[in-house]
Amino acid sequence: MYGWHGKILCIDLREGKSSTLTLPQEVYGAYIGGKGLAGYLLKERMSLGWQDPDMPLVLMTGPLVNTRAPTSGRMCVMSRSPLTGTLADSSVGGSFGSTLKKAGWDGLVITGQSRELCGIEIRGSQCSLSPARALQGMGVSQARERLEGRASSLIIGPAAENGARLANVVVDSHFFAGRNGLGLVCAAKNLKYITVLGEGKTKVWDPEGLQRAGEDINRLIAASPVLSGDLGLSSFGTGALYDLMDSRRMMPADNFRHTHFPAATEMNAPAYFREYSPKKAGCTGCRIQCKRRSRDKRPMPEFETMSHFSALIGNESRETVVEANRLCTEYGLDTISTGATLGCYAEVTGQELTPDKILGLIEDIAHCRGEGADLALGSAAYAAAQGSPEAAVTVKGQELPAYDPRGAYGMALAYATSTRGGCHLRSYPIVHEILRKPVVTDRFSFAGKARIIKIAEDMNAVVDSLTACKFAFLSATLEEYAKALTAVTGIEYSQQQLLDIGERIYFRERMLNCANGFTASDDDLPERFFTHKGGSFEDLEVPPLDREAFLEARGNYYRIRGLDGEGLPLPKKAKELGLWA
Amino acid sequence: MKDIIDKYVSKLEQAELAEPGQALLGFLDADLVWNREDPQTEILEGVFERININSLLFSPPREPYRSIISYLCRTNEGRILPEDCETRTFIHDIPVVPSLDPERLTQALRTRKAVMVQDRGIVAYGWVSPEQAYILYSSVCFACFVKFFSDYLQDSKNGSVAPEQREVLHKALSYLDPLPEEPDAELERGPFRDKARMIRAMDEAGKMVVGYKLVDSFFGNISYLYGDTLYISQTSSSLDELIGHIDPCPLDNSSCAGITASSELPAHRDILRKTGHLAVLHGHPKFSVIMSMDCDKRGDCDKEGECFRRCPEQREVRGYPVVPGEVGTGPFGLCRTVPPAIEEDKGVIVYGHGVFATGARDFNQALRGLLDVERNCREEYLRRIGE
Repeated sequence: MYGWHGKILCIDLREGKSSTLTLPQEVYGAYIGGKGLAGYLLKERMSLGWQDPDMPLVLMTGPLVNTRAPTSGRMCVMSRSPLTGTLADSSVGGSFGSTLKKAGWDGLVITGQSRELCGIEIRGSQCSLSPARALQGMGVSQARERLEGRASSLIIGPAAENGARLANVVVDSHFFAGRNGLGLVCAAKNLKYITVLGEGKTKVWDPEGLQRAGEDINRLIAASPVLSGDLGLSSFGTGALYDLMDSRRMMPADNFRHTHFPAATEMNAPAYFREYSPKKAGCTGCRIQCKRRSRDKRPMPEFETMSHFSALIGNESRETVVEANRLCTEYGLDTISTGATLGCYAEVTGQELTPDKILGLIEDIAHCRGEGADLALGSAAYAAAQGSPEAAVTVKGQELPAYDPRGAYGMALAYATSTRGGCHLRSYPIVHEILRKPVVTDRFSFAGKARIIKIAEDMNAVVDSLTACKFAFLSATLEEYAKALTAVTGIEYSQQQLLDIGERIYFRERMLNCANGFTASDDDLPERFFTHKGGSFEDLEVPPLDREAFLEARGNYYRIRGLDGEGLPLPKKAKELGLWA
Repeated sequence: MKDIIDKYVSKLEQAELAEPGQALLGFLDADLVWNREDPQTEILEGVFERININSLLFSPPREPYRSIISYLCRTNEGRILPEDCETRTFIHDIPVVPSLDPERLTQALRTRKAVMVQDRGIVAYGWVSPEQAYILYSSVCFACFVKFFSDYLQDSKNGSVAPEQREVLHKALSYLDPLPEEPDAELERGPFRDKARMIRAMDEAGKMVVGYKLVDSFFGNISYLYGDTLYISQTSSSLDELIGHIDPCPLDNSSCAGITASSELPAHRDILRKTGHLAVLHGHPKFSVIMSMDCDKRGDCDKEGECFRRCPEQREVRGYPVVPGEVGTGPFGLCRTVPPAIEEDKGVIVYGHGVFATGARDFNQALRGLLDVERNCREEYLRRIGE
């Protein structure tokens, strides 16, 4: 095989044994890798609970990983979500995916529960388990220092060990496999870390074809103002979006009760640059380099973190945002969910969150102590326990990111239909509604949005299977990546063929969630978005969403996706996609 | 949804890319809506059924594009490679199919976003909006025009013009409007002390550039320095619809709200710094693009194939400098080549791409500059082919 190694490492933590799984090339061809292949491997066990030892934790790379294909060093982490009960997956950067491929593996399937806290150490084809009791309760950076220095690492922090459902997995010290509480799945298996070392190459079928495809992609990345412009991600990191969201009056403020933050101009990316002079960082082999680290080596907050730890909770201290971000990274907490849960807390308790209070609550959440014990379960559980369920701004139990849906109707629909709950990345309609690519769409209209969301979900399912970076798709398309995939694997792929594969991958996720009881009532938004207006923008007031129009658009989405009126997969569509056993 | 498709059909007709009543544009959400009834929609619906798209445009192009495209389809085997660098960046190549058949169309559209149907027209799709299909259609017309005239010039130099090729050329030339020595009307005079007036002036200048057909797909970009802030058209904005689509970009980069500004923001900023002027216009006038690619060193240069980004020669057309440079800010970005080359009163041509021109106080001088470059390039083209 080209692109794939054809080998997946299976590790049973209960028995302390490993084995090699080989799949037919047709399976690789049909599901590509990453999210597609991980879902294929999980499908039979998705009805198990997240804490069931037999529930696998799957780490899967894609065929482009460890090749010269641009922005393709990522990896998918997948299991069932402790936070939402949905399928949970996350695309993570850093160098773990590339190093795993260098070690000769396409992915890992981890099952069982170790008797004590352990680590997995992979050196090329060799795999061993190590006791990790000495690392118990240790923060990510401290634990990282105790591990093999040259290795790429995946670590959970104390938040996961203590049972926080907001816990992430942290790769290479500061890349999150975020959302859905995947860190807690590792903790349930008594798995503190994985390290991997490898030096092998990935076989490429047509290196010259890959070079040409790469040049086409890089030319498009260079032509994109959002990615490569003076004000774009390459210059200011993802924080570059902060001013834009506020100027479009869709910055969630005061726990989504307003959509404008008066202090935004003092909390934007240029303000952080003036104060912290951060250095560029990013994933292996990526030219966008959207991450930043301060001179004192702290990870700089990304857009969502900047927004939720300022506007959402009324904080006007940049240092508090940077420190909150550092604590979340160190403890392995999801910054979106943590920020949003603090916003929920502020609304429920009516308290003003001072810097000390913010940082104290993060500590408490990570250690599941005091008020933090309830907050660590996420805002939906917390607000319900406090008798104020309306204060939780979640979809399927997951906290919403920093794009207020009243300012972008495609985003409203996308939040509702996302298979992992409140998530902007499943279809990321901000690309056309706000960032104007490939063309601008009317952000205050549902016209045409149902099909756009469906196609974008399919596309991003492919991106997460390749496994490439979604930012590259702010300018490049599957048209260019299909050429790269063909050049790497020797299998002829077209853009449309990839979208067909993406449809199969995404529909299967709907099927898995449906089997776990999810219905149309879960594909909905918190009531406040239908009853309260947002901010005003020049002469325009941001009105509440029209519920009827929203439901009509959701109904259109169901028809287009092949679901019935309750959002359940139609057998006919499942058969058509080859998913009906 | 009907209002959206009607808008783009109307733009297609206004831009003289399709005859009135000829274009078919479909927009699919849960249901499919067409701009009008036509038996050919049945064929096109076959394409909707087979691929993941939300809009599809089919039309025979208007002259001179119709004759040019028919000729190119006949003389290129199955695929046309655009020569201008911008179309090439975004479209790569354009497949040709022999008939308007859903299976053949689907096959071609599975790999590319637009296809030419021999002697019938152009089919293009969008997956986000019918505007995409409209832009692709327009870009195909532009790319084919540039390719045909470029090929003719080269063949003319080589003495290998075919009779049919000459016939198509004469027909195409007969459809070209004359370019005026001066703009027909004076634009708002600057410098502008009032923001609303400045925005109105940008809007007026944008519409004028479109009116003179100095841009492809209505896309170019325009900026004005107002105090310490550069106001510039947003990426993917139409020059004839600028109101509400202009980004303020403080020169000290104290805000990133202009992240949606044109990809040419750094070039505009540095051009204004270099010249001390206030206004910049950038368009893609066809003969400027064609002439920028005419090079006597073809076949005798080790950078051939990379001219658009690495041309080592100092080149000019009738005194207007021609510089290499890709779209945006990459290592070969035009923001690195245009500002050093621009002089106060003279436009600069970017290889295979377009023209930048400036105005000291307002857009009058910039528009005149854009027209001057294009008129001179057209005259020079005709001189070189002996017409």
